[in-house]
Amino acid sequence: MTAIQASPGLQRSAGLYRRRKLVDRLMTGAMVVAVALAVIPLFLILFYLIKEGLPGLHWSLITEEPNSPGRPGGGAHNSIIGSGIMVGLALAIGVPVAVGCGVFLSEYGQNRVGTVVRFLIEVMAGIPSITAGLFIYGLVVARQGHFSALAGSLALAILLIPIVARITEEMLLLVPRSLREASYALGAPRWRTVLRIVLPTALPGIITGIMLGLSRIAGEAAPLLFTALGNQFLTTDITTPMDSIPRRIYIYATGPYDYWHQQAWALSLILVGVILAISLGVRALFGSRVTVRQ
Amino acid sequence: MTEAQASQPPRDMPQTVRALRVNSQAEALPGAPVKVRVENLSAWYGPKLAVSDISMDIRLNSVTALIGPSGCGKSTYIRCINRMHEFLPHARAQGRVLLDGADIYESGVDATRVRQRVGMVFQKPNPFPTMSIAENVAAGLRFMGVRSRTEISDRVESALKLAALWDEVKDNLKRPGLALSGGQQQRLCIARAIAVEPEVILMDEPCSALDPVATLKIEDLMRGLAEKYTIVIVTHNMQQAARVSDYTAFLLMGEDGAGHLIEYRSTAEMFTAPQDQRTEDYITGRFG
Amino acid sequence: MAVTTPGRPTRVPASLKNRLKPGDWTFGVFTSMTAFVVVAVIAGMFFELTHDSWPAVKANGLSFLWDTNWDPTRQAFGVGSFIVGTLITSVFALVFATLVAVLVALFLVEIAPRFVSRPVSYVVELLAAIPSVVYGLWGIFVMGVFIRDHLGHFIVSYFGWLPFMNGTPLITGLFSACLVLSIMILPTVMAVSRDVIAAVPGSQREGIAALGATRWEMIRIAVLPYARSGIMGAAILGLARAVGETLAVTLVIGNSVNLPSNIFAPAYTMASVIANQFPESAGLHQASLIEVALVLLAITFLINVLARLLVWKVTGGQRVTVQE
Repeated sequence: MTAIQASPGLQRSAGLYRRRKLVDRLMTGAMVVAVALAVIPLFLILFYLIKEGLPGLHWSLITEEPNSPGRPGGGAHNSIIGSGIMVGLALAIGVPVAVGCGVFLSEYGQNRVGTVVRFLIEVMAGIPSITAGLFIYGLVVARQGHFSALAGSLALAILLIPIVARITEEMLLLVPRSLREASYALGAPRWRTVLRIVLPTALPGIITGIMLGLSRIAGEAAPLLFTALGNQFLTTDITTPMDSIPRRIYIYATGPYDYWHQQAWALSLILVGVILAISLGVRALFGSRVTVRQ
Repeated sequence: MTEAQASQPPRDMPQTVRALRVNSQAEALPGAPVKVRVENLSAWYGPKLAVSDISMDIRLNSVTALIGPSGCGKSTYIRCINRMHEFLPHARAQGRVLLDGADIYESGVDATRVRQRVGMVFQKPNPFPTMSIAENVAAGLRFMGVRSRTEISDRVESALKLAALWDEVKDNLKRPGLALSGGQQQRLCIARAIAVEPEVILMDEPCSALDPVATLKIEDLMRGLAEKYTIVIVTHNMQQAARVSDYTAFLLMGEDGAGHLIEYRSTAEMFTAPQDQRTEDYITGRFG
Repeated sequence: MAVTTPGRPTRVPASLKNRLKPGDWTFGVFTSMTAFVVVAVIAGMFFELTHDSWPAVKANGLSFLWDTNWDPTRQAFGVGSFIVGTLITSVFALVFATLVAVLVALFLVEIAPRFVSRPVSYVVELLAAIPSVVYGLWGIFVMGVFIRDHLGHFIVSYFGWLPFMNGTPLITGLFSACLVLSIMILPTVMAVSRDVIAAVPGSQREGIAALGATRWEMIRIAVLPYARSGIMGAAILGLARAVGETLAVTLVIGNSVNLPSNIFAPAYTMASVIANQFPESAGLHQASLIEVALVLLAITFLINVLARLLVWKVTGGQRVTVQE
């Protein structure tokens, strides 16, 4: 024992000291175990996605429609196109509203009304996706008497709006005040300042938010189940039921056929691949970490 | 004519500096035992050298002041004495610091044991907001193995008395630590440091965030504390150094950007007859 | 410029008057309308769901909330066993995920150097990007099989003597849902906890370290109490996510209307019963399912309010979404 450790001082016993050190080491060990527990599932998921999904990755998956149940082969052409259409439509509906909200909050929202709206956006972010689906079911589907891709897009838009609105507000608030002041000093009205100066400056960040929102709603199935329903065939008519990748995965996962399971894995691989690509792209483009709180 | 007057202090030297304590310990006890011996201490933040090759002896039961312009490494240096410097990432130190003859930087020495014996009070008071006054003072006691409630409250009381805070808080020790004024919070932190019975107390500009009245209270405290502990205080206020300390060390940033020890003398000698021109320039206010 | 004499009112020229320009007016109206859409959607949702479930609300009465009998053939509906299923899975996920998440967050903030904490943070956050249905797929074919073949037997042999813990492990069941949910909410709780812990001022850590504390003592005495309400907020945010989670749970929970008799038995949560039974439902059955959705929405709403209040209290109203 070195001289320092042998000195007296308040500590009662060497035993207590050893115990404190032991506890410290144990807790450090616990933290490392926790990190392992947190990191391993991701690798397991990715591993199995690749292991089970890669063999099923044929061109036919993208180019052919599903065969009738029980006949191996076929693809998910309709689901892929359907997802693309509905996500695109959801973006077209949701992004203007969300960006408008973000602008409202950053420009006019530093008061009680703003606090309320901000709070409501948080509430909206926490709405279970299936509830959004049921809401659109009652509002649109039941009244129209049929399922439609448009209804599905509306449900997706409800999920998209809070994500993009939050990030838009953050990005707009990050624009330095001096920039706005310079514009006002030149006599520009508020709307011109925001549209011509502030929004373009914040645009990269806002696009990041949109891409993150996109990757989130691309994987959603619950809101589509009772709005867009699903479709064995390819359609581009948004007033009819339309299929989507997550929905097809859901159907195939619970089905009895092996080739369905294999296609579910392959579709999952594609879906996760696209989402990860967007996430990595966002990170590379924007540099600093922007994470979406679900 | 006393020796101090005969050495002709410059006419622009502040009045307060002339009113020195005659029974400065440096003159009365030239051979006071060395509590902490620093040998060739250098410290880095990553690649940047912050403190360069400092050696000094800190004497038992004395108050030693470290003065110098801001940025000259005083805080970095003092943090090496209780191994708080390495608390920051990428920080390291080299050299020897002997506490009662044993090197705290020797391999195998646990920094937590060093910090138990060498306490610290920080520039900005940092009581724990989730704890009451009593809990704050007792914060270090629990992991020292002190369990019995009576012993804890006894130790809290004596620490608060030594820190000259007892009378002001004794009626309600359950109040949150943050409910006190700035000066009281700092004395709370001093009590917290005292409660674990250190041997040395390091103070890193303890009064710089306080008002003059609170500052004087803490300065008065230090004399009493020095009877039980060895105090090292970093201060940017020369008058304070002259008022409270027995020894003073003057640090200055060299051309390498690191802090060097320029002069280390008894306070009386430092302020009346500094030997280095740079010390005299600093003391007389020509820079810094 | 008008000339002023004392006592006479000044006339401000029209060019300097404060006039709301038409562009600004339109702009303000447009943005306010979008904000109003948010309000309308939330209000509309409550209204629509109440309206659509009203026949069931009237027929089932208040006992709907605790009745565990769900029998479409006899038109008797009670959400009790679904609340139980939601409660067990969500609370399990909450406890398990929070424990792991806080430890991970502590590791990232207190111990790990930069070159470790950033990739690890990123990897854990990637878990949040994986869609629910993929979790379900993986949950059936990978995790469920693992539970049936290995983990389930391990648990029964060590904990089977406890009530509720003894059963036959299958691929699907309550336990599978508990595990999948834990993994799913882990990144949310971890990310917010990490931000909260990182926000604890360094002076607090220094204060306790200077007294001679070990690192764990420093965490236990100075860091965790300071971060406590923020961590609770993070945990409740995770809970809100777990309660609303649909597809992953539907795929692995086994889908049974009966009250689960043990941890491996099949069950339903509020969200999963809707997903599973709605397509084939009609009449009172369907209206009752919508009533379940209404209850779910109300519960989620309350949990979210609680969580936001706690997190905002700690982070001072700032949403911590952008780092660096």
